[in-house]
Amino acid sequence: MRDRGAIYCGLALFLALMTFPAWHNLSAHVTAKGPDVKLPAREKQCVAPLEFMRTSHMKLLIDWRETVVRAGRRDYTAPGGKHYNMNLTLTCLEQCHGAKADFCDRCHTYAAVSSPCWNCHLDAKPLPGQVGQALASVNPRSAQ
Amino acid sequence: MKISRHAFLRLSGMAFLAGAARKAIGAIGGTRWGMAVDVAKCQKQENCVKCIAACNQAHNVPSIPDRAHEVRWVWRDSFEHAFPEQVDQYSPLRAAPAMLLCNHCENPPCVRVCPTQATWKRQDGIVDMDWHRCIGCRYCMAACPYGSRSFNWMDPRPYIHNPNPEFPTRTKGVVEKCTFCSERLGTGRAPACVEACSEKALVFGNLADPHSPIRELLATRNHMRRKPELGTGPDVFYLT
Amino acid sequence: MFMFEKAVGGSRRYRLWICALLILMAIGFACYLRQLQFGLAITGLSRDVTWGLYIAQFTFLVGVAASAVMVVLPYYLHNFKAFARITILGEFLAIAAVVMCMLFIFVDMGQPARVFNVLLYPTPHSMMFWDMISLGGYLALNATIALVTLRAEREDVAPPHWIKPVILLSIPWAVSIHTVTAFLYSGLPGRSLWLTAILAPRFLASAFASGPALLILLCLLLARVTRFSAGREAIQKLAVIVAYAMTISVFFVLMEFFTAFYSRIPEHMDSLQYMFVGLDGHARLAPWMWLSSVLAVASLVLLLTPRYRHNHKLLALACGMVFLSLWIDKGIGLIVAAFVPSPLGAVTEYTPSLPEALIALGIWAAGSLILTVLYKIALSVREEPLASAAPPARVEVLI
Repeated sequence: MRDRGAIYCGLALFLALMTFPAWHNLSAHVTAKGPDVKLPAREKQCVAPLEFMRTSHMKLLIDWRETVVRAGRRDYTAPGGKHYNMNLTLTCLEQCHGAKADFCDRCHTYAAVSSPCWNCHLDAKPLPGQVGQALASVNPRSAQ
Repeated sequence: MKISRHAFLRLSGMAFLAGAARKAIGAIGGTRWGMAVDVAKCQKQENCVKCIAACNQAHNVPSIPDRAHEVRWVWRDSFEHAFPEQVDQYSPLRAAPAMLLCNHCENPPCVRVCPTQATWKRQDGIVDMDWHRCIGCRYCMAACPYGSRSFNWMDPRPYIHNPNPEFPTRTKGVVEKCTFCSERLGTGRAPACVEACSEKALVFGNLADPHSPIRELLATRNHMRRKPELGTGPDVFYLT
Repeated sequence: MFMFEKAVGGSRRYRLWICALLILMAIGFACYLRQLQFGLAITGLSRDVTWGLYIAQFTFLVGVAASAVMVVLPYYLHNFKAFARITILGEFLAIAAVVMCMLFIFVDMGQPARVFNVLLYPTPHSMMFWDMISLGGYLALNATIALVTLRAEREDVAPPHWIKPVILLSIPWAVSIHTVTAFLYSGLPGRSLWLTAILAPRFLASAFASGPALLILLCLLLARVTRFSAGREAIQKLAVIVAYAMTISVFFVLMEFFTAFYSRIPEHMDSLQYMFVGLDGHARLAPWMWLSSVLAVASLVLLLTPRYRHNHKLLALACGMVFLSLWIDKGIGLIVAAFVPSPLGAVTEYTPSLPEALIALGIWAAGSLILTVLYKIALSVREEPLASAAPPARVEVLI
């Protein structure tokens, strides 16, 4: 066991690297608290059932995109019968969810999801009555 | 499933006829957007660029100072440059301003070459752009004989001084051009440039309707198109 | 299976070469990261000249890739035994060239993450779609053929019989990749320099001159740095191929000049005039095009004179001149000059920027690395004690 020193060093380094997420988060006081989402102030009825939106809002947005851009149609009839104008900035944000920092970014930052939508589509202003939050208003990921 | 030769031929014939009929009906009863530019009216105000400013504002077109990287949907050049084979050295039109934009050709080479159909010709005649699908290969720019297309060599947002929230910007790496304001046509509004022209020099309408104002103008006035010999069939006419 | 372990060890010179290539690749990659972040504005391209160094390199290298057919066809179809030892070199050169082509297209794209859109939304009326299909297929073909035949050689057995139709297929496929690439350009109504039926024949002629010229240079180099010898007959046959192909290529260029300047149609003359004399006082390309012409003529003098062609030193010089001349003509002149003048008659000149040139150099280094590794594998297999002096049983006469 001449290499005892090297082996113990290597083991220690390995353990340190493997447990990095745990002790780094602890020292940075990061909590396991989930995303704090601000619900829309005006609209109470969601475009589609909540569970569907939770799991598949990406698919809904892609479908809306294909319908608007490729088929030239902007009118969407929700399952409940209500009509929406398919428009990311004017409808999804301005009409319902306000600025993306108040809604979209909350979960996306938590889940480390970066959507390229905001490279082109413009953000809306925060809804009236929404107070600026402690969370950073500039999401470095969405500024790509 | 066994099918007799006779039945198969009949089925294929019907399917072919149905497809052809659909296309014919689309062509006959449909819409074909086009624009006419009245050159005399356009010349009335010197150095007028109202149409260009309106388009740039409505569509968040960046104003990039470096000419190499500029983005132009509608722009202004002389007749001499825009119509080199048709305007001779003695013509009074040489110095006239030409309002230039995508011609939304009947037979667009850019659509023919796009490898992803990110640019395609709609049923209503507009050659549209899908900025989600464009891979930025710039093949359409090589194919366009009119220089109507621009590429985003860098992020355009720092060069958009007054963003219009009703229309997205684009991102670096995609090609863009005039889309005949397809987003406004859907709500019954005229294109931004047409609305902005104070001399009413721009007439926009349905070329497939023989009684439309634009068709009546074209029937009564001399007009020309850019590079007609190439067979692209441009739908922008210049009334001289 | 791929015998990569043969490429890892080698002489000091070999390892230094590999290191140098890796450094160039790293520099190129760093520049590419900057291009990804900032956009293609870091290149010298502009609204008027939208294709430049990257696409020009791609165009030239498709020709080099297609030229493998010039060794495959005589050997496999006509049993020209002298090419037995170098068909593998031609096939490996094709692989390296095709990979470089794909890399050049990739770095030219504005939205490279969306590259698979070309396959997700197939567009048969776009030549670029067919170019992707044909290049991918050609890469697969050559990789299969080279590895299967090399493996068989290593095991000292005849290659499996199913490789015969695959090899046969690679012959028309090689012609098709460069024809499709020519079709990218020769069907565009707005670019007069490209809108000529002779563009595809020009591409093929220059491909069959530049590819074998490079192969000759590589064989002569291998004879110097390794124990590999391609054989005098093979080199001379390749030299004759280069001579004929270069003659035809120069002839085709002269045809373009006649049509343009005898008809005196402005849009036919303008781009050619810009290339050699300049337009509106802008003449940045002219020195390059004249250099290309001088090199072409000089190379033909050497290649068409048997006494000079038989001298390997002069032959190497001639091949270098052919390669450089055609690289300038196809790799710079043809692509850029078609954008001058612009559709509105403007003259915008183009010079590659430094990051752009470094990215291109990085890709050339990557291709050279692939070529080096593959050649090392091939030669290591050849030098194994199992192999006898004569080439082992290969695929025999097919016709």
